Amino acid sequence: MSTVFIALQTNEDTRPIIEAIAHDNPQAVVHRQPAMVKIDAPNRLVIRRESIEERLGREYDLQELQINLITLSGHVDEDEDAFTLTWNS
Amino acid sequence: MEMKVAKKKLGLKERYRVMTRDLGWEPSYHTKEALYPYVGYEGIKIHDWEKWEDPFRLTMDAYWKYQAEKERKFYAIVDAHAQNNGHLNLTDARYLSALKIFLQAISPGEYAAHKGFARAGREFPGVGTQVACQMQAIDEIRHAQTQIHALSNYNKYYDGFHAFSDQRDRIWYTSVPRSFFDDAMSAGPFEFMVAIGFSFEYVLTNLLFVPFMSGAAYNGDMATVTFGFSAQSDEARHMTLGLECIKFLLEQDPANVPIVQAWFDKWFWRGFRVLGLVSTMMDYMLPKRVMSWREAWNMYGIENGTALFNDLARYGIRPPKGWDDAEKAIDHMSHQFMLGLYQWSFGTSFHSWIPSDDEMAWLSKKYPTTFDKYYRPRWDHIKKLAAAGTPYKNYGLPKLCQTCQLPTVFTEPEDPTLICHREVEYKGERYHFCSDGCQHIFENEPEKYIQAWLPMPQIHQDPIRGDLGAWMDWVNLKDGQDNGDYVGSNDQRNFDAWRGLATSNE
Ligand SMILES: [Fe+2]
Ligand SMILES: [Fe+2]
Repeated sequence: MSTVFIALQTNEDTRPIIEAIAHDNPQAVVHRQPAMVKIDAPNRLVIRRESIEERLGREYDLQELQINLITLSGHVDEDEDAFTLTWNS
Repeated sequence: MEMKVAKKKLGLKERYRVMTRDLGWEPSYHTKEALYPYVGYEGIKIHDWEKWEDPFRLTMDAYWKYQAEKERKFYAIVDAHAQNNGHLNLTDARYLSALKIFLQAISPGEYAAHKGFARAGREFPGVGTQVACQMQAIDEIRHAQTQIHALSNYNKYYDGFHAFSDQRDRIWYTSVPRSFFDDAMSAGPFEFMVAIGFSFEYVLTNLLFVPFMSGAAYNGDMATVTFGFSAQSDEARHMTLGLECIKFLLEQDPANVPIVQAWFDKWFWRGFRVLGLVSTMMDYMLPKRVMSWREAWNMYGIENGTALFNDLARYGIRPPKGWDDAEKAIDHMSHQFMLGLYQWSFGTSFHSWIPSDDEMAWLSKKYPTTFDKYYRPRWDHIKKLAAAGTPYKNYGLPKLCQTCQLPTVFTEPEDPTLICHREVEYKGERYHFCSDGCQHIFENEPEKYIQAWLPMPQIHQDPIRGDLGAWMDWVNLKDGQDNGDYVGSNDQRNFDAWRGLATSNE
């Protein structure tokens, strides 16, 4: 098992995104550090557009993640509906 | 009759193809070999450039949109910082030393990365690669500019920020990252990608930016947090590009595997030596600390590095050669380097200091097996000398490592009481090294490293000729102002006086 992670800035834009990630990835652990949030998950983490839109109340383009992204770990696969991080191990 | 055709928005993958792949063309009056002369000479074999995919599938139109948004956020905070006496909101002006090192040593590296990616974008034949390299070239020049811009606010009030570009070229501690980037930029395009895209971005920037910027937030420095996180939002894309590049090389031809492994070995160790500076900034220069260098290494070095090497094992890649030696150095390096900075503080364009009792208690808690045993006694001794009015200064010139350009301040992996020093004779000249890792790198490419400019031999050459005052003029450092102990410095006096004015009605 390897840990994939994503870190986002702590701000109003990311609050619903972090909520959506925690909801969609029950195995994920959310660490709150000064000015940033780091989310770890075993082997795989999925960020789903629909879950973010539900919380945000507007349409959301997953590429908007770029603005508040700090770092990540794992192979990235992105399409319109999901942004996925994975390690093969 | 007018037909109304619903204009369907392109999906992400299709848009990426149209806006990236379709920008390429087949040359008709030059051969591909003539257009891309450097792509073959490192021995890397590529059979199908189409296999290179940017996993973010970022197209130029989306790139400009999101980068503009990042810039708006950045300047809103930089303006607020200037308007709200941001230079007085720091926990302590000692923190400024970390920023000075950042500006002198790291920001010029961003500019070097910009030049390198502009070149790589020209030298790679694949259009997906070309576009990704161009974006990264623009990102890197943005990083250099936003960092210089944000820190220029501090230059209005404090010493040591004024001559970062001279100091990048001429001073000794900055030559460590400088030689890292010069080495990468004078390599072939694939090695450059492994050096910067992979080693620097994937393995190292997490350690450089993430805990350090979180530390900046903790220390009241919103300007730095903002440029750091703004840059780091690009780094996430760069890391992904770096990892993609590695997978691409490993999948294209099995003959690429040993070449890539050798670059891994080399650039891991080159990068690890640059981290000597970073570890010291984290353990000693943040008045309020977020995590120790050791904790950051566990999180971003060991955990993240191991995940990566396990993943790449399926291609026959093993962890880099210096991995075990690195682990042995983690609990020592920041202490050894800070002791070096303190004893040579007449030659640094920032201040250093003896850690306070509180800080020493924190260090012994974070480094239970090493600090009290090896380093506290030295600081106690140095403290006594300072109290007696005879502060410890070392005016001797250290041996410099021919590869990483650090003074030989680090110890043997197996013996923390013995300075590590290696020597190699090559064509009748003797060369010094700080470690086995650096010696091996030299032995693989001696003709490259014998050409290195080293800051210590320069001191005996024109226009300095062994004169310390002439050296200070040459590196643009004002004695008694930019250098030396923080205690009694202009920075300390000014910060205390101005903060007093800002928080009272005197
Ligand atoms: Fe950068
Ligand atoms: Fe070295």
